[in-house]
Amino acid sequence: MMKLEAIIQPSRFESVKDALREIGIEGMTVTEVRGHGRQKGHTEVYRGREYTVDLLPKMKLEMVLPDALVSRVVDTILKTAKTGKIGDGKIFLSRVEEAIRIRNEERGENAL
Amino acid sequence: MKCMGQTCCFHLVLVLGGFLFAAVPLSSQQTPAPMLPSSTLPATLAMPEASKGVNEKLAQLDQRVTAAQSSADNAWMLVSAALVLMMTGPGLALFYGGLVRRKNTLAIMMQSFALMALITVMWALVGYSLCFGGSGPVIGGFEHAFLRGVGAEPNPDYAGTIPQMTFMVYQLMFAIITPALITGATAERMKFSGTVLFLALWFLVVYAPLAHMVWGKGGLLNAALGGKFPTLDFAGGTVVHISSGVSALVCAIYLGKRTGYPKQPMPPHSLVLSFIGACLLWVGWFGFNAGSALASNALATSAFVATHFAAAAAALSWSAAEWIKNGRASALGAISGAVAGLVAVTPAAGFVAPMPALVIGFVAGACCYWMVTKVKAIFGYDDALDAFGVHGAGGTIGALLTGVFAQQAINPIFGAGKAVGGLDGHLGQIGNQLVGVLIAWGFALAGTMVLLKIVDLLTGVRVPEEHEIQGLDVTQHGEEAYNLEA
Repeated sequence: MMKLEAIIQPSRFESVKDALREIGIEGMTVTEVRGHGRQKGHTEVYRGREYTVDLLPKMKLEMVLPDALVSRVVDTILKTAKTGKIGDGKIFLSRVEEAIRIRNEERGENAL
Repeated sequence: MKCMGQTCCFHLVLVLGGFLFAAVPLSSQQTPAPMLPSSTLPATLAMPEASKGVNEKLAQLDQRVTAAQSSADNAWMLVSAALVLMMTGPGLALFYGGLVRRKNTLAIMMQSFALMALITVMWALVGYSLCFGGSGPVIGGFEHAFLRGVGAEPNPDYAGTIPQMTFMVYQLMFAIITPALITGATAERMKFSGTVLFLALWFLVVYAPLAHMVWGKGGLLNAALGGKFPTLDFAGGTVVHISSGVSALVCAIYLGKRTGYPKQPMPPHSLVLSFIGACLLWVGWFGFNAGSALASNALATSAFVATHFAAAAAALSWSAAEWIKNGRASALGAISGAVAGLVAVTPAAGFVAPMPALVIGFVAGACCYWMVTKVKAIFGYDDALDAFGVHGAGGTIGALLTGVFAQQAINPIFGAGKAVGGLDGHLGQIGNQLVGVLIAWGFALAGTMVLLKIVDLLTGVRVPEEHEIQGLDVTQHGEEAYNLEA
Protein backbone atom coordinates (compact mmCIF):
# COMPACT_ATOMS: atom_id res chain seq x y z
CA MET A 1 0.00 0.00 0.00
CA MET A 2 1.14 3.50 -0.74
CA LYS A 3 0.05 6.83 0.69
CA LEU A 4 -0.24 9.60 -1.87
CA GLU A 5 -0.25 13.25 -0.89
CA ALA A 6 -0.78 15.79 -3.63
CA ILE A 7 -0.66 19.55 -3.13
CA ILE A 8 -2.34 21.24 -6.07
CA GLN A 9 -3.75 24.55 -7.28
CA PRO A 10 -7.25 25.12 -5.90
CA SER A 11 -8.42 25.99 -9.41
CA ARG A 12 -7.53 22.48 -10.64
CA PHE A 13 -9.13 20.63 -7.75
CA GLU A 14 -12.53 19.91 -9.29
CA SER A 15 -11.00 18.48 -12.50
CA VAL A 16 -8.60 16.30 -10.53
CA LYS A 17 -11.39 14.98 -8.33
CA ASP A 18 -13.59 14.16 -11.33
CA ALA A 19 -10.74 12.48 -13.19
CA LEU A 20 -9.93 10.34 -10.15
CA ARG A 21 -13.54 9.28 -9.79
CA GLU A 22 -13.53 8.21 -13.45
CA ILE A 23 -10.63 5.83 -12.89
CA GLY A 24 -12.42 4.33 -9.90
CA ILE A 25 -10.90 6.05 -6.88
CA GLU A 26 -13.55 5.89 -4.20
CA GLY A 27 -12.07 7.74 -1.28
CA MET A 28 -9.88 10.69 -0.50
CA THR A 29 -9.31 13.24 2.24
CA VAL A 30 -9.00 16.88 1.24
CA THR A 31 -7.67 19.85 3.19
CA GLU A 32 -7.47 23.54 2.32
CA VAL A 33 -3.89 24.50 3.07
CA ARG A 34 -1.57 27.46 2.65
CA GLY A 35 2.05 27.33 1.63
CA HIS A 36 4.62 28.18 -0.94
CA GLY A 37 7.46 26.64 -2.86
CA ARG A 38 9.19 28.61 -5.55
CA GLN A 39 6.09 30.57 -6.39
CA LYS A 40 6.35 34.16 -5.17
CA GLY A 41 3.49 35.79 -3.26
CA HIS A 42 1.99 39.22 -3.83
CA THR A 43 1.66 42.46 -1.86
CA GLU A 44 -1.54 43.93 -0.49
CA VAL A 45 -1.96 47.53 0.68
CA TYR A 46 -4.47 48.54 3.37
CA ARG A 47 -4.59 52.29 4.10
CA GLY A 48 -0.95 52.66 3.16
CA ARG A 49 0.31 49.59 5.04
CA GLU A 50 1.87 47.01 2.77
CA TYR A 51 1.63 43.32 3.49
CA THR A 52 3.45 40.61 1.58
CA VAL A 53 1.26 37.58 1.22
CA ASP A 54 3.62 34.69 0.51
CA LEU A 55 1.57 31.79 1.85
CA LEU A 56 -0.81 31.02 -0.95
CA PRO A 57 -3.93 28.88 -0.78
CA LYS A 58 -3.59 25.30 -2.06
CA MET A 59 -5.55 22.06 -1.86
CA LYS A 60 -4.03 18.97 -0.34
CA LEU A 61 -5.37 15.54 -1.34
CA GLU A 62 -4.49 12.47 0.66
CA MET A 63 -5.30 8.87 -0.22
CA VAL A 64 -3.95 5.42 0.54
CA LEU A 65 -3.85 3.19 -2.54
CA PRO A 66 -3.29 -0.48 -3.36
CA ASP A 67 0.12 -0.77 -5.08
CA ALA A 68 -1.51 -1.71 -8.40
CA LEU A 69 -3.35 1.62 -8.67
CA VAL A 70 -0.54 4.00 -7.75
CA SER A 71 0.90 4.70 -11.17
CA ARG A 72 -2.51 5.27 -12.76
CA VAL A 73 -3.48 7.73 -10.06
CA VAL A 74 -0.19 9.59 -10.32
CA ASP A 75 -0.58 9.83 -14.09
CA THR A 76 -4.13 11.13 -13.76
CA ILE A 77 -3.13 13.82 -11.25
CA LEU A 78 -0.18 14.88 -13.38
CA LYS A 79 -2.41 15.17 -16.41
CA THR A 80 -5.26 17.09 -14.78
CA ALA A 81 -3.48 19.28 -12.20
CA LYS A 82 -0.84 20.65 -14.54
CA THR A 83 -1.09 24.25 -15.79
CA GLY A 84 2.59 24.45 -16.66
CA LYS A 85 3.23 27.45 -14.42
CA ILE A 86 5.20 27.73 -11.19
CA GLY A 87 2.93 26.87 -8.28
CA ASP A 88 1.29 23.73 -9.69
CA GLY A 89 2.30 21.80 -6.57
CA LYS A 90 3.84 18.41 -5.77
CA ILE A 91 3.03 14.75 -5.26
CA PHE A 92 4.57 12.74 -2.43
CA LEU A 93 4.45 8.93 -2.14
CA SER A 94 5.26 6.88 0.93
CA ARG A 95 4.84 3.28 1.98
CA VAL A 96 2.05 2.41 4.43
CA GLU A 97 2.45 -0.45 6.94
CA GLU A 98 -1.16 -1.20 7.71
CA ALA A 99 -4.72 -0.04 7.15
CA ILE A 100 -7.65 -0.96 9.41
CA ARG A 101 -11.31 -0.31 8.75
CA ILE A 102 -12.83 0.78 12.06
CA ARG A 103 -16.33 -0.54 11.35
CA ASN A 104 -15.43 -4.22 10.87
CA GLU A 105 -11.73 -4.33 11.64
CA GLU A 106 -10.76 -5.50 8.13
CA ARG A 107 -7.06 -5.11 7.52
CA GLY A 108 -4.66 -4.47 4.69
CA GLU A 109 -5.78 -3.64 1.16
CA ASN A 110 -9.27 -4.91 1.96
CA ALA A 111 -9.70 -1.99 4.31
CA LEU A 112 -9.05 0.57 1.56
CA MET B 1 -26.57 75.38 13.47
CA LYS B 2 -30.12 74.43 13.63
CA CYS B 3 -32.23 77.54 14.04
CA MET B 4 -33.00 78.94 10.69
CA GLY B 5 -34.39 81.93 8.92
CA GLN B 6 -37.34 80.17 7.39
CA THR B 7 -39.68 81.54 10.06
CA CYS B 8 -40.13 84.90 8.35
CA CYS B 9 -41.12 83.19 5.10
CA PHE B 10 -43.56 81.17 7.06
CA HIS B 11 -45.13 84.27 8.60
CA LEU B 12 -45.44 85.83 5.19
CA VAL B 13 -47.35 82.82 3.97
CA LEU B 14 -49.65 83.04 6.97
CA VAL B 15 -50.39 86.70 6.44
CA LEU B 16 -51.04 86.29 2.72
CA GLY B 17 -53.20 83.23 3.38
CA GLY B 18 -55.09 85.21 5.96
CA PHE B 19 -55.88 87.98 3.48
CA LEU B 20 -57.07 85.57 0.84
CA PHE B 21 -59.22 83.70 3.27
CA ALA B 22 -60.63 86.92 4.71
CA ALA B 23 -61.49 88.26 1.26
CA VAL B 24 -63.83 85.38 0.33
CA PRO B 25 -66.33 85.46 3.21
CA LEU B 26 -66.28 89.25 3.33
CA SER B 27 -67.46 89.57 -0.28
CA SER B 28 -70.12 86.90 0.15
CA GLN B 29 -71.48 88.71 3.17
CA GLN B 30 -71.39 92.01 1.39
CA THR B 31 -73.43 90.89 -1.63
CA PRO B 32 -76.76 90.45 0.15
CA ALA B 33 -76.20 93.56 2.19
CA PRO B 34 -77.84 96.02 -0.23
CA MET B 35 -81.13 94.03 -0.08
CA LEU B 36 -81.48 94.80 3.62
CA PRO B 37 -82.89 98.14 4.63
CA SER B 38 -79.93 100.04 5.89
CA SER B 39 -81.84 101.17 9.00
CA THR B 40 -82.67 97.66 10.35
CA LEU B 41 -79.05 96.69 11.05
CA PRO B 42 -76.83 99.45 12.38
CA ALA B 43 -73.32 99.31 10.93
CA THR B 44 -71.79 99.43 14.40
CA LEU B 45 -73.41 96.07 15.25
CA ALA B 46 -72.77 94.33 11.93
CA MET B 47 -69.02 94.98 11.76
CA PRO B 48 -67.94 93.26 15.01
CA GLU B 49 -70.00 90.16 14.16
CA ALA B 50 -68.43 89.87 10.73
CA SER B 51 -64.90 90.43 11.99
CA LYS B 52 -65.47 87.97 14.82
CA GLY B 53 -66.29 85.27 12.29
CA VAL B 54 -63.27 86.20 10.21
CA ASN B 55 -61.00 86.16 13.23
CA GLU B 56 -62.25 82.74 14.21
CA LYS B 57 -61.63 81.39 10.73
CA LEU B 58 -58.23 83.01 10.68
CA ALA B 59 -57.31 81.43 13.97
CA GLN B 60 -58.54 78.09 12.68
CA LEU B 61 -56.52 78.45 9.52
CA ASP B 62 -53.47 79.45 11.51
CA GLN B 63 -53.86 76.33 13.61
CA ARG B 64 -54.26 74.10 10.58
CA VAL B 65 -51.24 75.54 8.80
CA THR B 66 -49.15 75.08 11.92
CA ALA B 67 -50.40 71.52 12.32
CA ALA B 68 -49.67 70.71 8.67
CA GLN B 69 -46.14 72.05 8.86
CA SER B 70 -45.56 70.27 12.13
CA SER B 71 -46.69 66.96 10.63
CA ALA B 72 -44.40 67.34 7.64
CA ASP B 73 -41.40 68.37 9.71
CA ASN B 74 -42.05 65.73 12.31
CA ALA B 75 -42.22 62.96 9.72
CA TRP B 76 -38.85 63.93 8.30
CA MET B 77 -37.26 64.35 11.71
CA LEU B 78 -38.40 60.95 12.95
CA VAL B 79 -37.00 59.34 9.81
CA SER B 80 -33.79 61.32 10.27
CA ALA B 81 -33.47 60.16 13.86
CA ALA B 82 -33.81 56.55 12.72
CA LEU B 83 -31.23 57.13 9.94
CA VAL B 84 -28.72 58.50 12.44
CA LEU B 85 -29.19 55.50 14.72
CA MET B 86 -28.61 53.29 11.67
CA MET B 87 -25.20 54.93 11.31
CA THR B 88 -24.05 53.44 14.63
CA GLY B 89 -25.71 50.06 14.35
CA PRO B 90 -25.30 48.56 11.82
CA GLY B 91 -23.26 51.24 9.96
CA LEU B 92 -20.29 51.93 12.17
CA ALA B 93 -20.40 48.48 13.78
CA LEU B 94 -19.98 46.84 10.37
CA PHE B 95 -17.44 49.38 9.12
CA TYR B 96 -15.22 48.91 12.16
CA GLY B 97 -16.11 45.22 12.52
CA GLY B 98 -14.69 44.41 9.10
CA LEU B 99 -11.50 46.38 9.72
CA VAL B 100 -10.39 44.45 12.81
CA ARG B 101 -8.92 40.98 12.85
CA ARG B 102 -11.40 38.12 13.02
CA LYS B 103 -10.80 37.50 16.75
CA ASN B 104 -11.95 41.02 17.70
CA THR B 105 -15.03 41.35 15.51
CA LEU B 106 -17.74 40.96 18.11
CA ALA B 107 -15.85 43.04 20.65
CA ILE B 108 -15.76 46.12 18.43
CA MET B 109 -19.37 45.65 17.32
CA MET B 110 -20.47 45.18 20.90
CA GLN B 111 -18.84 48.47 21.89
CA SER B 112 -21.03 50.36 19.41
CA PHE B 113 -24.11 48.44 20.49
CA ALA B 114 -23.41 48.92 24.18
CA LEU B 115 -23.35 52.67 23.57
CA MET B 116 -26.74 52.50 21.87
CA ALA B 117 -28.13 51.17 25.13
CA LEU B 118 -25.99 53.04 27.65
CA ILE B 119 -26.11 56.54 26.18
CA THR B 120 -29.87 56.23 25.62
CA VAL B 121 -30.48 55.62 29.30
CA MET B 122 -28.05 58.35 30.37
CA TRP B 123 -29.66 60.73 27.86
CA ALA B 124 -33.08 60.16 29.40
CA LEU B 125 -31.83 60.71 32.93
CA VAL B 126 -29.55 63.75 32.56
CA GLY B 127 -27.89 63.84 29.14
CA TYR B 128 -30.51 65.77 27.22
CA SER B 129 -30.81 68.31 29.98
CA LEU B 130 -27.06 68.83 30.24
CA CYS B 131 -26.87 69.47 26.49
CA PHE B 132 -30.07 71.41 25.85
CA GLY B 133 -31.47 72.50 29.22
CA GLY B 134 -30.64 75.89 30.72
CA SER B 135 -28.70 78.65 28.99
CA GLY B 136 -25.25 78.73 30.56
CA PRO B 137 -22.16 79.39 28.42
CA VAL B 138 -20.51 75.99 28.98
CA ILE B 139 -23.04 73.40 30.12
CA GLY B 140 -26.81 73.08 30.31
CA GLY B 141 -28.72 72.55 33.51
CA PHE B 142 -31.02 70.02 35.10
CA GLU B 143 -34.35 71.56 34.08
CA HIS B 144 -35.05 68.67 31.69
CA ALA B 145 -33.53 65.95 33.89
CA PHE B 146 -35.61 62.75 33.61
CA LEU B 147 -37.07 64.44 30.51
CA ARG B 148 -39.19 66.73 32.64
CA GLY B 149 -41.12 69.11 30.44
CA VAL B 150 -40.12 67.33 27.24
CA GLY B 151 -43.29 66.43 25.40
CA ALA B 152 -45.47 67.25 22.41
CA GLU B 153 -44.95 71.01 22.69
CA PRO B 154 -42.12 72.34 20.52
CA ASN B 155 -39.16 74.03 22.11
CA PRO B 156 -39.00 77.27 20.10
CA ASP B 157 -35.34 77.84 21.00
CA TYR B 158 -34.30 74.84 18.97
CA ALA B 159 -37.04 73.59 16.69
CA GLY B 160 -40.31 75.47 16.72
CA THR B 161 -42.32 73.15 14.51
CA ILE B 162 -41.69 69.67 15.94
CA PRO B 163 -42.46 68.22 19.35
CA GLN B 164 -39.57 68.69 21.72
CA MET B 165 -39.72 64.93 22.21
CA THR B 166 -38.72 64.52 18.55
CA PHE B 167 -35.86 66.99 18.91
CA MET B 168 -34.76 65.14 22.04
CA VAL B 169 -34.66 61.70 20.43
CA TYR B 170 -33.00 63.07 17.29
CA GLN B 171 -30.19 64.65 19.29
CA LEU B 172 -29.82 61.43 21.27
CA MET B 173 -28.68 59.60 18.15
CA PHE B 174 -25.76 62.04 17.77
CA ALA B 175 -24.76 61.45 21.37
CA ILE B 176 -24.68 57.70 20.66
CA ILE B 177 -22.48 57.71 17.59
CA THR B 178 -19.93 60.21 18.88
CA PRO B 179 -18.35 58.07 21.61
CA ALA B 180 -18.74 55.03 19.35
CA LEU B 181 -16.37 56.67 16.85
CA ILE B 182 -13.60 56.66 19.48
CA THR B 183 -13.61 52.87 19.65
CA GLY B 184 -11.86 52.88 16.28
CA ALA B 185 -8.68 54.05 18.00
CA THR B 186 -8.86 51.74 21.01
CA ALA B 187 -9.77 48.69 18.94
CA GLU B 188 -8.27 45.28 19.55
CA ARG B 189 -6.74 46.08 22.96
CA MET B 190 -9.06 47.99 25.30
CA LYS B 191 -10.96 46.21 28.05
CA PHE B 192 -14.73 46.14 27.73
CA SER B 193 -15.21 47.32 31.32
CA GLY B 194 -12.76 50.18 30.82
CA THR B 195 -14.35 51.10 27.49
CA VAL B 196 -17.84 51.32 28.93
CA LEU B 197 -16.81 53.33 31.98
CA PHE B 198 -14.56 55.65 29.99
CA LEU B 199 -17.13 56.39 27.30
CA ALA B 200 -19.94 56.93 29.82
CA LEU B 201 -17.80 59.50 31.65
CA TRP B 202 -16.61 60.97 28.36
CA PHE B 203 -20.18 61.59 27.30
CA LEU B 204 -20.79 63.62 30.47
CA VAL B 205 -17.46 65.45 30.63
CA VAL B 206 -16.60 66.09 26.98
CA TYR B 207 -19.66 65.59 24.77
CA ALA B 208 -22.33 67.29 26.87
CA PRO B 209 -20.42 70.56 27.39
CA LEU B 210 -19.33 70.74 23.76
CA ALA B 211 -22.83 70.04 22.48
CA HIS B 212 -24.17 72.74 24.77
CA MET B 213 -21.48 75.26 23.86
CA VAL B 214 -22.07 74.85 20.13
CA TRP B 215 -25.78 74.07 19.92
CA GLY B 216 -27.27 74.97 23.31
CA LYS B 217 -29.00 78.26 24.08
CA GLY B 218 -26.49 80.78 25.41
CA GLY B 219 -23.56 78.46 24.61
CA LEU B 220 -20.18 80.11 24.19
CA LEU B 221 -19.85 79.03 20.55
CA ASN B 222 -23.50 79.11 19.50
CA ALA B 223 -23.95 80.93 16.21
CA ALA B 224 -27.73 81.32 16.32
CA LEU B 225 -28.49 81.82 20.00
CA GLY B 226 -26.07 84.41 21.26
CA GLY B 227 -22.65 82.81 21.55
CA LYS B 228 -19.56 84.92 22.15
CA PHE B 229 -17.64 83.15 19.37
CA PRO B 230 -20.34 82.19 16.88
CA THR B 231 -18.98 78.94 15.42
CA LEU B 232 -20.81 77.49 12.45
CA ASP B 233 -21.34 73.81 13.02
CA PHE B 234 -24.39 72.62 11.17
CA ALA B 235 -24.38 68.95 12.16
CA GLY B 236 -21.39 68.31 14.37
CA GLY B 237 -17.95 68.96 12.91
CA THR B 238 -16.70 70.18 16.26
CA VAL B 239 -19.19 68.50 18.58
CA VAL B 240 -19.06 65.06 16.97
CA HIS B 241 -15.98 64.65 14.81
CA ILE B 242 -13.29 66.83 16.37
CA SER B 243 -14.31 65.78 19.85
CA SER B 244 -14.28 62.06 19.07
CA GLY B 245 -11.32 62.17 16.68
CA VAL B 246 -9.01 64.10 19.00
CA SER B 247 -10.05 61.97 21.97
CA ALA B 248 -9.30 58.94 19.83
CA LEU B 249 -5.75 60.17 19.29
CA VAL B 250 -5.25 60.61 23.03
CA CYS B 251 -6.62 57.12 23.64
CA ALA B 252 -4.36 55.56 21.00
CA ILE B 253 -1.29 57.17 22.54
CA TYR B 254 -2.31 56.40 26.13
CA LEU B 255 -3.12 52.76 25.42
CA GLY B 256 0.03 52.18 23.40
CA LYS B 257 0.43 50.10 20.29
CA ARG B 258 -1.21 46.78 19.74
CA THR B 259 1.12 43.85 20.43
CA GLY B 260 3.12 43.27 17.28
CA TYR B 261 2.28 46.62 15.66
CA PRO B 262 3.61 47.68 13.17
CA LYS B 263 5.76 44.64 12.28
CA GLN B 264 3.06 42.00 12.38
CA PRO B 265 0.51 42.19 9.58
CA MET B 266 -2.96 43.18 10.81
CA PRO B 267 -5.06 43.31 7.66
CA PRO B 268 -8.83 43.88 7.87
CA HIS B 269 -10.58 40.53 8.27
CA SER B 270 -13.55 41.35 6.03
CA LEU B 271 -13.69 44.34 3.76
CA VAL B 272 -17.11 43.12 2.68
CA LEU B 273 -18.48 44.00 6.12
CA SER B 274 -16.66 47.33 6.04
CA PHE B 275 -18.04 48.06 2.59
CA ILE B 276 -21.63 47.46 3.67
CA GLY B 277 -21.01 49.51 6.80
CA ALA B 278 -19.60 52.44 4.87
CA CYS B 279 -22.55 52.46 2.46
CA LEU B 280 -24.97 52.46 5.39
CA LEU B 281 -23.01 55.35 6.90
CA TRP B 282 -23.33 57.31 3.67
CA VAL B 283 -27.11 56.85 3.56
CA GLY B 284 -27.50 57.44 7.29
CA TRP B 285 -25.57 60.69 6.95
CA PHE B 286 -28.51 62.22 5.11
CA GLY B 287 -30.41 61.99 8.39
CA PHE B 288 -27.41 63.37 10.23
CA ASN B 289 -26.80 66.41 8.02
CA ALA B 290 -30.05 67.13 6.19
CA GLY B 291 -31.96 66.29 9.37
CA SER B 292 -29.99 68.98 11.15
CA ALA B 293 -32.16 71.55 9.37
CA LEU B 294 -34.69 70.35 11.97
CA ALA B 295 -37.43 70.80 9.38
CA SER B 296 -38.46 69.38 6.06
CA ASN B 297 -37.53 72.49 4.15
CA ALA B 298 -35.26 73.79 1.39
CA LEU B 299 -32.35 74.04 3.79
CA ALA B 300 -32.64 70.30 4.42
CA THR B 301 -32.43 69.74 0.66
CA SER B 302 -29.39 71.96 0.42
CA ALA B 303 -27.67 70.07 3.23
CA PHE B 304 -28.65 66.74 1.65
CA VAL B 305 -27.06 67.73 -1.66
CA ALA B 306 -23.90 69.16 -0.09
CA THR B 307 -23.50 65.96 1.94
CA HIS B 308 -23.82 63.70 -1.04
CA PHE B 309 -21.52 65.75 -3.25
CA ALA B 310 -18.77 65.99 -0.68
CA ALA B 311 -18.84 62.23 -0.08
CA ALA B 312 -18.52 61.54 -3.79
CA ALA B 313 -15.70 64.04 -4.29
CA ALA B 314 -13.75 62.68 -1.35
CA ALA B 315 -14.12 59.08 -2.52
CA LEU B 316 -12.62 60.20 -5.82
CA SER B 317 -9.75 62.19 -4.35
CA TRP B 318 -8.71 59.46 -1.89
CA SER B 319 -8.85 56.90 -4.69
CA ALA B 320 -6.86 59.16 -7.01
CA ALA B 321 -4.18 59.70 -4.38
CA GLU B 322 -3.97 55.96 -3.88
CA TRP B 323 -3.87 55.25 -7.59
CA ILE B 324 -0.99 57.69 -8.04
CA LYS B 325 0.88 56.28 -5.05
CA ASN B 326 0.27 52.52 -5.40
CA GLY B 327 -0.81 52.16 -8.99
CA ARG B 328 -4.21 50.82 -7.90
CA ALA B 329 -7.40 52.15 -6.38
CA SER B 330 -8.63 49.97 -3.53
CA ALA B 331 -12.16 49.40 -2.24
CA LEU B 332 -11.01 50.26 1.27
CA GLY B 333 -9.57 53.51 -0.03
CA ALA B 334 -12.76 54.49 -1.81
CA ILE B 335 -15.00 53.86 1.19
CA SER B 336 -12.56 55.54 3.58
CA GLY B 337 -12.53 58.56 1.30
CA ALA B 338 -16.31 58.75 1.24
CA VAL B 339 -16.43 58.69 5.03
CA ALA B 340 -13.76 61.41 5.21
CA GLY B 341 -15.83 63.59 2.88
CA LEU B 342 -18.97 63.00 4.93
CA VAL B 343 -17.10 63.97 8.08
CA ALA B 344 -15.69 67.16 6.55
CA VAL B 345 -19.02 68.34 5.13
CA THR B 346 -20.83 67.77 8.42
CA PRO B 347 -20.23 71.27 9.87
CA ALA B 348 -20.69 72.85 6.44
CA ALA B 349 -23.73 70.98 5.11
CA GLY B 350 -26.36 73.63 5.86
CA PHE B 351 -24.20 76.61 4.94
CA VAL B 352 -22.53 75.82 1.63
CA ALA B 353 -23.58 75.55 -2.01
CA PRO B 354 -22.96 72.37 -4.03
CA MET B 355 -19.71 73.55 -5.69
CA PRO B 356 -17.96 74.41 -2.41
CA ALA B 357 -19.21 71.06 -1.09
CA LEU B 358 -17.30 69.36 -3.90
CA VAL B 359 -14.18 71.33 -2.96
CA ILE B 360 -14.54 70.40 0.71
CA GLY B 361 -14.84 66.75 -0.28
CA PHE B 362 -11.83 66.80 -2.60
CA VAL B 363 -9.64 68.45 0.03
CA ALA B 364 -10.81 66.16 2.82
CA GLY B 365 -10.28 62.96 0.83
CA ALA B 366 -6.71 63.83 -0.08
CA CYS B 367 -5.79 65.23 3.35
CA CYS B 368 -7.21 62.29 5.27
CA TYR B 369 -5.39 59.89 2.94
CA TRP B 370 -2.19 61.67 3.81
CA MET B 371 -3.00 61.63 7.55
CA VAL B 372 -3.72 57.93 7.56
CA THR B 373 -0.88 56.74 5.38
CA LYS B 374 1.92 59.20 6.12
CA VAL B 375 1.39 61.18 9.31
CA LYS B 376 0.40 58.13 11.33
CA ALA B 377 3.53 56.28 10.22
CA ILE B 378 5.79 59.27 10.95
CA PHE B 379 4.54 59.70 14.53
CA GLY B 380 4.06 56.01 15.12
CA TYR B 381 0.83 56.11 17.13
CA ASP B 382 -1.44 53.12 16.67
CA ASP B 383 -4.81 54.64 15.76
CA ALA B 384 -6.00 51.16 14.85
CA LEU B 385 -8.93 52.02 12.59
CA ASP B 386 -7.99 55.65 11.91
CA ALA B 387 -10.59 57.39 14.06
CA PHE B 388 -8.27 60.39 14.40
CA GLY B 389 -7.00 60.32 10.83
CA VAL B 390 -10.52 60.45 9.43
CA HIS B 391 -12.72 62.11 12.08
CA GLY B 392 -10.19 64.34 13.86
CA ALA B 393 -8.51 65.54 10.69
CA GLY B 394 -11.64 65.56 8.52
CA GLY B 395 -13.64 67.36 11.21
CA THR B 396 -10.98 70.05 11.59
CA ILE B 397 -10.66 70.61 7.85
CA GLY B 398 -14.43 70.77 7.53
CA ALA B 399 -14.88 73.20 10.42
CA LEU B 400 -12.29 75.60 9.00
CA LEU B 401 -13.54 75.36 5.41
CA THR B 402 -17.07 76.05 6.66
CA GLY B 403 -15.79 79.47 7.71
CA VAL B 404 -14.52 79.98 4.18
CA PHE B 405 -17.47 78.72 2.14
CA ALA B 406 -20.55 79.51 4.26
CA GLN B 407 -22.98 81.78 2.43
CA GLN B 408 -25.96 83.77 3.58
CA ALA B 409 -27.71 82.85 0.32
CA ILE B 410 -27.86 79.29 1.67
CA ASN B 411 -28.43 80.07 5.31
CA PRO B 412 -28.74 83.65 6.62
CA ILE B 413 -27.92 82.57 10.16
CA PHE B 414 -26.65 85.99 11.23
CA GLY B 415 -29.75 87.75 9.92
CA ALA B 416 -31.01 88.70 6.46
CA GLY B 417 -28.37 90.38 4.30
CA LYS B 418 -25.54 89.74 6.75
CA ALA B 419 -22.42 88.02 5.42
CA VAL B 420 -21.80 84.58 6.90
CA GLY B 421 -18.48 83.12 5.72
CA GLY B 422 -15.31 84.24 3.97
CA LEU B 423 -16.85 83.90 0.49
CA ASP B 424 -19.52 86.38 1.57
CA GLY B 425 -16.83 88.79 2.67
CA HIS B 426 -16.99 87.97 6.37
CA LEU B 427 -13.40 86.83 6.85
CA GLY B 428 -13.72 87.08 10.61
CA GLN B 429 -15.81 83.92 10.51
CA ILE B 430 -12.68 81.91 9.74
CA GLY B 431 -11.27 83.22 13.01
CA ASN B 432 -14.46 82.26 14.83
CA GLN B 433 -14.21 78.78 13.35
CA LEU B 434 -10.61 78.55 14.54
CA VAL B 435 -11.66 79.48 18.08
CA GLY B 436 -14.35 76.81 17.95
CA VAL B 437 -11.88 74.25 16.65
CA LEU B 438 -9.30 75.09 19.32
CA ILE B 439 -11.84 74.92 22.13
CA ALA B 440 -13.10 71.56 20.86
CA TRP B 441 -9.52 70.24 20.57
CA GLY B 442 -8.63 71.54 24.03
CA PHE B 443 -11.72 70.09 25.65
CA ALA B 444 -11.22 66.72 24.03
CA LEU B 445 -7.51 66.56 24.84
CA ALA B 446 -7.81 67.58 28.48
CA GLY B 447 -11.02 65.70 29.23
CA THR B 448 -9.84 62.47 27.68
CA MET B 449 -6.47 62.52 29.41
CA VAL B 450 -8.00 63.03 32.86
CA LEU B 451 -10.72 60.44 32.29
CA LEU B 452 -8.30 57.80 31.02
CA LYS B 453 -6.19 58.23 34.18
CA ILE B 454 -9.26 57.83 36.37
CA VAL B 455 -10.58 54.81 34.48
CA ASP B 456 -7.13 53.24 34.46
CA LEU B 457 -7.13 53.41 38.27
CA LEU B 458 -10.67 52.06 38.61
CA THR B 459 -10.92 49.23 36.05
CA GLY B 460 -7.74 49.36 34.00
CA VAL B 461 -7.88 50.21 30.32
CA ARG B 462 -5.80 47.64 28.51
CA VAL B 463 -6.24 43.87 28.39
CA PRO B 464 -3.30 41.64 29.35
CA GLU B 465 -1.07 40.65 26.44
CA GLU B 466 -2.21 37.03 26.38
CA HIS B 467 -5.83 38.16 26.13
CA GLU B 468 -4.93 40.48 23.30
CA ILE B 469 -3.27 37.63 21.44
CA GLN B 470 -6.22 35.33 22.07
CA GLY B 471 -8.60 38.04 20.94
CA LEU B 472 -11.15 40.20 22.71
CA ASP B 473 -14.18 38.21 21.51
CA VAL B 474 -13.26 35.21 23.64
CA THR B 475 -11.57 36.98 26.53
CA GLN B 476 -13.97 39.91 26.97
CA HIS B 477 -17.25 38.41 25.85
CA GLY B 478 -16.84 34.61 25.94
CA GLU B 479 -17.93 34.07 22.35
CA GLU B 480 -16.62 34.02 18.82
CA ALA B 481 -17.80 35.84 15.72
CA TYR B 482 -17.43 32.89 13.41
CA ASN B 483 -18.20 29.36 14.53
CA LEU B 484 -18.24 27.96 11.05
CA GLU B 485 -17.97 24.33 12.14
CA ALA B 486 -20.85 24.60 14.56
